[in-house]
Parts: sequence; C-alpha cells; structure tokens
Amino acid sequence: MTAAVPLLRLEGIVKSFPGVRALRGVSFDVRPGEVHALLGENGAGKSTLIKVMSGVHRPDEGRMEVDGRPVDFGSPQEAQAAGIAAIYQELLLFPELSVAENVFMGHAPRLSWGGIDWDQTRARTAEILQSLDIHDLDPDAPVGALSVGNRQRVEIAKALSMNARVLIMDEPTAALTEADVERLFGIVRRLRERGVGIIYISHRLVEIFDLADRVTVLRDGEYVGTHAVKDVTEPQLISMMVGRTIDQLYPHRTANPGKVVLEAKNVAYPGTVEEASLTLRAGEIVGLAGLVGSGRSELAQILFGVTPASAGQILVDGQPVTIKSPADAKRLGIAYVPEDRGTQGLIRPMRIRHNVSLAVLKELARFFFIDRGREQELARRDIERFKIRASSMDQVVGKLSGGNQQKVVLAKWLATRPRILILDEPTRGIDVGAKAEIHKIMSELAAQGMAVLMISSELPEVLGMSDRVLVMREGRIVAGFDRAEATQERIAAAMMRSAQQERAA
Amino acid sequence: MAATMALPARSSAGSRLRRFVFSQEGILLIAIIVLFVAVGAYNQRFLSANNLSTIFLGNAYIAVAAIGMSMVIVSGNIDVSVGSLIGVLATISGTIAVSGLPLWLAWTLPILAGMAISAVSGWLVAYLRVPSIVVTLGMLSILKGGLISVTEGAWINNLPEGYHLAQLRPLGVPMAVWFMIVLTALAAFWMRYSGFGRSIYAVGGNAEAARLAGIDRARTVFIVFVIHGFFAGVAAILFATQLSVIQSTVPPNLELTVITASVVGGVSILGGTGTVIGSTLAAILIAAIGSSLVFINVSPYWLRAVQGLLILLTVLADLARRRKRARHR
Repeated sequence: MTAAVPLLRLEGIVKSFPGVRALRGVSFDVRPGEVHALLGENGAGKSTLIKVMSGVHRPDEGRMEVDGRPVDFGSPQEAQAAGIAAIYQELLLFPELSVAENVFMGHAPRLSWGGIDWDQTRARTAEILQSLDIHDLDPDAPVGALSVGNRQRVEIAKALSMNARVLIMDEPTAALTEADVERLFGIVRRLRERGVGIIYISHRLVEIFDLADRVTVLRDGEYVGTHAVKDVTEPQLISMMVGRTIDQLYPHRTANPGKVVLEAKNVAYPGTVEEASLTLRAGEIVGLAGLVGSGRSELAQILFGVTPASAGQILVDGQPVTIKSPADAKRLGIAYVPEDRGTQGLIRPMRIRHNVSLAVLKELARFFFIDRGREQELARRDIERFKIRASSMDQVVGKLSGGNQQKVVLAKWLATRPRILILDEPTRGIDVGAKAEIHKIMSELAAQGMAVLMISSELPEVLGMSDRVLVMREGRIVAGFDRAEATQERIAAAMMRSAQQERAA
Repeated sequence: MAATMALPARSSAGSRLRRFVFSQEGILLIAIIVLFVAVGAYNQRFLSANNLSTIFLGNAYIAVAAIGMSMVIVSGNIDVSVGSLIGVLATISGTIAVSGLPLWLAWTLPILAGMAISAVSGWLVAYLRVPSIVVTLGMLSILKGGLISVTEGAWINNLPEGYHLAQLRPLGVPMAVWFMIVLTALAAFWMRYSGFGRSIYAVGGNAEAARLAGIDRARTVFIVFVIHGFFAGVAAILFATQLSVIQSTVPPNLELTVITASVVGGVSILGGTGTVIGSTLAAILIAAIGSSLVFINVSPYWLRAVQGLLILLTVLADLARRRKRARHR
C-alpha cells in the first residue's frame, strides 16, 4: 500500500481570499484504499482545501496531481470527471425526486434517441446500492421522505455512479444517529477495500481513531503534519490542532449542589417523550445522554415550552407551573440553547449586538424604545466575556464562525439571567478552542449556582462536564449515574440496550 | 476567519460614513442627487419649483404606502392588494366628502377602514398561517371587484372646498410631502429603536429563533399588517386629495410600484433586512426618473421598463455585496 502512487496529491497549495490567506502551502495526498482524515479547528482551512480538491476553488499556487499526472480543475465537473467527488455537510439532493433520479442527476443513461433510459437508471441505482450492502432503499422512493442517514447513502451512491475513486466526506456523521454512523462506517470500510481513497473530515476524534489510516492536521491555513493514526494519541492530535497542549480538556470543578430548582414529573409528549422524570439542583451540571431519537431534545423542548407537555407536571422551586410557550419558560428563569443554532438560535441577518439583546428587549426598553447604551454595554461585555471573535459588535452574525455563533446564542440566553440553563449539543460542530471556552463558561455558571442541563451526543463531554448523568431511551429516563460511578461503557450500555433485552433480564 | 482578537469596539465615524455610502440608502441618495444635477443641467426647467412640487406632490403617497409595505416585507410577508386597498379607501374618502359629513371624517375614517381591512389579512396570515401572498391575492380581487361593482365605475367630482388636504402648503411645501417626510422619519425611528421594530426584523429574519427568544410571532405579524393598513389609509387620503376628481378605479399597477419602491429601497424580499428610509428614497428616485423622462424627451412609457431595470440593478448590487462578504469565509 505504501508504494502505491497516490490517487490524488497536492503540494504547496496556497489560496488567498481578499483579506485572508486561507491556505499557506498545504500538502496532502490520498492513496488507493485508505481513509485519510483531515483535522483542524474551524477556520483552519479544511473547507478551502476540500474545495480546491473538488474543483470549486482554483489554487493560487501549488501543484495538484491525479495518478501522478498534473491537473488543473476549472470546475467541479472537471474534478468529477477525474474521479473526485465530494459529499458536503449539507446534502445537495432534490427532495421531490426519487432516489434513482438523484443518483443519476446530470448523467443518466440515455436511450438511442437521447431520452433518459429509466429502466437502466433504476437498475444501475439498485446495483450500486447492492454493492454498498444497502438493501432497504427503494430506487423509486422520493428522497424527501428519507431519513438523514438514507439521504447520505444516496449521496454516496451518486458519487459512485460517477465512478469516483476519491471520495471527500465533510463531517458525514454530524447529523447521524448512532446506528446510522455504524452503517456509514461499514460503507466506508467497504469502499476502502475496493480501493477508493477516502478523505474524511470530522471533529470527533473517536471516529478518526476508529476509521482512519492516516491523519493530516491543519492549523490557521498551515500544514502541521501527517501521521499514521496508530502512531498518535488523542492529546497529541489535539495539541497539533490548537498548537498548545491542553493538559486539562475539561475544567475541574467541585460540585456543590443546592436545592432542587426544576423538577419534571412524568412529563410526556405524544410520539417522543413518555413519562420522563428528572430533578435539577442549583449549582450542578446534569448530562443528558441518549441516542438521537431517544427523546432528549424533545424533553428539553417540553421543559422550555417549545412543545408544551401533554401530560405530567413541572415544578420550579417546588411550585407547580404551566409552561405553554418559550415566553412562559423565560419568565420562570429558564433558558434554552437549541441544538440547531442556524434555524433556532440566531437571526442571521442581524448584528451581534441585536442578537444578544433579543431575549431581553423588554428589560432594555425605556417605554417603547430600546436603551441603546445598555444594549451596547451588554454586547461589549459579552464579546469580552465569551471571547467572541468579531470585527465589532455591529458585525452580522451570519458571517461569524460556528463557535462564535454559538457563543452569541449562549450570550443571548445568559442575558436573561436564568437560574436554569438547558443546553442542547452546546459544542456540536465547533472547534476545539471555542469548545473549551464554552465548557469553562458552563463550569463558572454552575459554580455561581446555576442549574445546568446539558444534552450531548459526545460521551467524553458528558463524562467530563457532568456531576450527574441521566440516560434517555425510547422517551424515558432509564438510568442515572453519579459522577463517580459514570463510565463510558455504562452510559453507552444504558443508551443502547433495547426494551426487550431489559424485560428478558 | 481572521483569527484576530480584535478589540470589538464600536465602529469609527469614518467607517460608518463609508458604510453609509455603500449602503442601499447611500447609493439611492447619491443616485437622486446625480439625477437632479444631470437632468437639471440638461434642462433647467426640471429644477423649477413647479416641477419639483409636481414630482413630490404626485408621488408622496407611494412613498407613504411603501413605508407600511416595507414593514410587511421585513416581517417576511408581502401585500399585493395594497393598490386595490388604496383605491377603495380613496373612494370611501371621496364619498364621505361629497355626502356632506364633516371633512375630518373623510380624512380619518378611511384610515380606520384601511387598518380594519388590513387587520383581516393580517389575522389570516398571522393566526391561521395562510401564506400572505395567497391571502392578499384574494384580498386584491375582493377589493377590486367590490369597488367596481359598488361604484359602477362612476367618478367622484364636485369635491367640497377645503377637502384637498394634500395640496395645502404649510411653509410653501405641499402637505403630502410633509406627510412623507414626517411619517418616514417616525417610522424609521420606530423600526430602528423600538422593541417592537426589533421584533419585526427578528420575526422576518428567523421566525423560529424569534419565538424561542420569547417574541410572539403571530402578534408581531398581525400588528405589522394593522400598521400597514394605517399607512395605506394615509396614502389613500393623500392620493384622493391631490386631484379634483377621484376615479373609482384602482390606479393600475400601484401595488407593483409600491413593492418596487420597497425592494429598490433595499428591503430584502426574504424578510429580515431593509429600512423605510430606503423605500422612501427609492420612491422619490422612481418618481424623479419618471418626470425626467419627459424633460429629456423620452416617452414616459419607458418608466415601467426603468423600474424593472432598477429592481434588477438592486438585486445585482445586493448579490455583489453578498459575494464580497462570502469571499471572506
């Protein structure tokens, strides 16, 4: 394998945009039959690099070779013709069209007179899906009705239908359930056996150790290094990414839980949450683990009034309360940082200053008008406190990086001075530095007496941050662990054990 | 991308000026000045007090209607019935005026009627969640059909002495222009500095995030439509009182002219951005272009084509700005 000519090789790639040098001499290669992970904080240049490889951007300097021959892609089509396909985070499919139509969009088999050969299109789609060991996907099903996992499989089939030999996957697991992640890994391994070169981008280090053969790290547009995965450790990779050793990934903190501030008794919402109960004390961080679809986010949305409970009782400070809308929850001192900051957290065309003040407009108002001085003071303080990287408080939030956007959402909610903070995937898809900063803020808040409920799919985060861990499965809270007794194995077991197994036990 | 820990101060005066010049409002203001200077140099009569007052008096009502329209569009909705609404309200105003009722009723009742009619549309959009384009298309037909049926196309003349509010000239400036300036200033201030104004932008920018922040989406949209009805009412009064005869037909394509003013003024059709100062400047620009065509001996029928061109230019300028922004990531 080591002797093989790389399928794709880049050397000394430089790419600048007005005001930014996105790539400063990056080298990278992928060989047949390997998974090569690309790692770096947000803004390190990963996206730019894959866009160079897939023909979206043309490099300013540097060489690109396919099978040892120099190439110069003028468009994504040229890259595809050379066998390079990319699957982006946002899947680019047509929801109204069928699986087969999507797979062969733009290069469908033709009949002699030029019409589309639908029989062939279906047959070849079925063939490709078979070859990926996907047997539960109907070529005629409309893509809009498919789960995220299945849509991604359609994207992979589409790439293969173009005879891709290099497949670039940009954070493919970001939106997948645990079971879908397993299947994706199966597919990736199968492709690797077939000799496809896979470029794999992920923030989840666990996946890289699980799947990748080599890993290349970028930092601030610069090439840091390439290593065989078996030769590096997680802390090494992290220090390569951030350029410093993070000796303590998670802030140490002694919990000092006070009285119960939030209690949910048998709350339910049809179809997602069945009789879930939990208590939350002042000054503690409770981690809520569970597979996607276990009802974690839905429980949070009940507590915040996004989807009011259909049954059960919620108590705040021991008093029964009705939470019918987010406005009710806000009045009770509850804040909620949603899972999807793009669709639920931010008003993207608005400035930082205006986003941060959105939940406290009434408090900032004198009569009908917003006190601009206080609004600016709030924004200035938050930008400093959360180290939000922006040109000014007047910058439009849509232009910020993921981590900074998340800090804006957090700042917006903390402005309401809540006593109960619910965080849904607070660090998903953000870079390591911002992640550590958000963790630090969470610890400080708990130390000041805030009750924090944190939903996370990352078990290390759950273990690292939580004083207690609750596990949800099939709409119920099925297990609880204290910090001392919580281990990755125990939590994972509770998350995944099926109801049947439990009854049998 | 720039990983600088820049001191996030408020932007300096210089950069604010630069931002204004490149903003839609700045571009429009410059375009208006250039147009007046250029056409005035070609034909001095263009700048005569008489012509200027014709331009402003005859078109101020469009700018006033565009204020409400801009609010509706910023909130993520649209009203295509505004032309018919203005036609109906103008007729109501004229009918009251000739019926012998006190004149102040002819000046105020249509405003209340406008708010009531727009409240119906707003209620359907806000609380029943019917898309605004559908609701207002329906409203357009109802109003237009109703107007023609009820009036049978008769014109209202013999309007009483003193009815012509828009033509009054306090300090030598037509009343219609005063209305335009004062209402634009008030609305701009309200949109920018009030909590409610902020929630209009929030709802239009991301309704779900606004709801999670405790903003009542439905209530906001409903109130926006009612306010829009107010501006349509004022626009109808200005329209009705500038002429000696009120035709009981809807001014053709008026809704399109009003929407054009909003869009050319920089209000994003997707909602969430734009200002009423922009839409008023755009209304002035469109009116001035219309008048200048006469002075440079071009058929005024070209005005519609020019409006279309302006829309496309606006969209292109917006696109260029977005591109420039996108390249920074």
